[in-house]
Amino acid sequence: MSPTRPGSTGDKIFFGTLIALGVAYLLLVVGMLVADASFTTPAAIRSALARPEIRHAFVLSFATATVTAMLSVWFGVPIGYLMARRNFRGKALVDAVLDVPIVLPPMVIGLSLLILFQTGLGKQIEAGFNSLFGVGITYEVPSIVIAQFAVSCAFAIRTLRVTFDQLDPRCEEVACTLGCSSRQAFWHVVLPSAWKGVLSAGLLAWARALGEFGPVLVFSGATRMKTEVLPSTVFLELSVGDLEAAVAVSLILVTAAVGCLLLGRLLGLKVAQ
Amino acid sequence: MSLQLEQCTTTAGTFHLGPADMDLPAGAYGVLMGTTGSGKTTLLELIAGLAPLTAGSLNIAGQPCNNARPADRQIGYLPQDGVLFDTMTVAEHLEFAPRFRGWPKAKRIERVAELAERLGLTSLLMRRPAGLSGGERQRVALGRALAGRPKLLLLDEPLSALDEQMHSELCQYLANVHKDEGVTVLHVTHNAQEAELLGTHQFRLEGGRVLTKS
Repeated sequence: MSPTRPGSTGDKIFFGTLIALGVAYLLLVVGMLVADASFTTPAAIRSALARPEIRHAFVLSFATATVTAMLSVWFGVPIGYLMARRNFRGKALVDAVLDVPIVLPPMVIGLSLLILFQTGLGKQIEAGFNSLFGVGITYEVPSIVIAQFAVSCAFAIRTLRVTFDQLDPRCEEVACTLGCSSRQAFWHVVLPSAWKGVLSAGLLAWARALGEFGPVLVFSGATRMKTEVLPSTVFLELSVGDLEAAVAVSLILVTAAVGCLLLGRLLGLKVAQ
Repeated sequence: MSLQLEQCTTTAGTFHLGPADMDLPAGAYGVLMGTTGSGKTTLLELIAGLAPLTAGSLNIAGQPCNNARPADRQIGYLPQDGVLFDTMTVAEHLEFAPRFRGWPKAKRIERVAELAERLGLTSLLMRRPAGLSGGERQRVALGRALAGRPKLLLLDEPLSALDEQMHSELCQYLANVHKDEGVTVLHVTHNAQEAELLGTHQFRLEGGRVLTKS
């Protein structure tokens, strides 16, 4: 049997198959977006946004997603750095545990959080939080951030770990020989080199948090004007048969997610690595 | 500043180095040669405090340094390929060690200007590594290692990947630095001519042990 030459029939079939599969998937994604956009009108979106409960959900969604993204980066940077640079006993197990929120069904994450905050320790935390801030956690706004954070932080950690893995550890080593402590080498050499990864992780965490539905529904509920976020709005509007409002809110979520991706691309980031 | 290694061993992954002995007097220019994979870089990392000392004793300037932090060893380390910081300008590289060793601002500025002039980097001070040629990057890495006035300079193949003219210029510069600043140097190279020209003491690493040639 002779080897396949470039441009041979075998090559054409091979690349033709790849292209056909790629185009089919692209058409599915673009088709969904076009279908959403064509199903609604700017007037329907304006009318949906004029409703106070949807405006509340809009503000709550963007605010909680922003807080979640900041928390995810705050936790993700040290965890990602440790996982990239340090070897320790049980690292493979820790690595697997860090990925659990990515593979768990969303409803299960919400249920697990609900059960956790019903344990003795969970109740103590909730009581402490209540005495400090005057508001509880379960079925209150803080539970939205916790539910979003449980999932988003896992994505942020994964992105940041890849970022730190790609940075040459010799940079920190050289910095240490030049008079830096490990902390100074991290702040002055590593973090400035990792800014694109940090920003990518923040954007990814924000986009994930904005679209989080399952854990929020179970752990926070979907009480109107209280714990309703935009994905909950889509669910509530669908359940009462107001398809137009559901699609209008969906389109807001799609625009935010695509805007997030575009911003990442504009800054030369790999938001979904 | 003298350097003494007595029965030093270290392990890097599956590679085992030592027991290695070395005696480099203060102000000497030591050249270390050896085949690829013989552990020359690992030995420099051991002296710099970047590889763990698993046995033996390491003295720099007569002081035991077995557990000293890399920052406290008063060394200048130039790794293979330079390893520049991609977000910093040439000026920031040259100012790095003086800054973290607590020099006053005026003294730092003076040192940056002095090194930039000696290494031909004055017109490149505001550039970042991405905008430098291979030879320029090597000079910046050398300047960064020298900037804090280290007592011991560890150079890992500092003249590789340079064109002939730049190689001979930097060779001369290293000879001058050694003479003018009185710094003790340990220089890893594959180039026998370079070793002959610069070295006052020559060492060879074979089977994980350091052999003294002269």
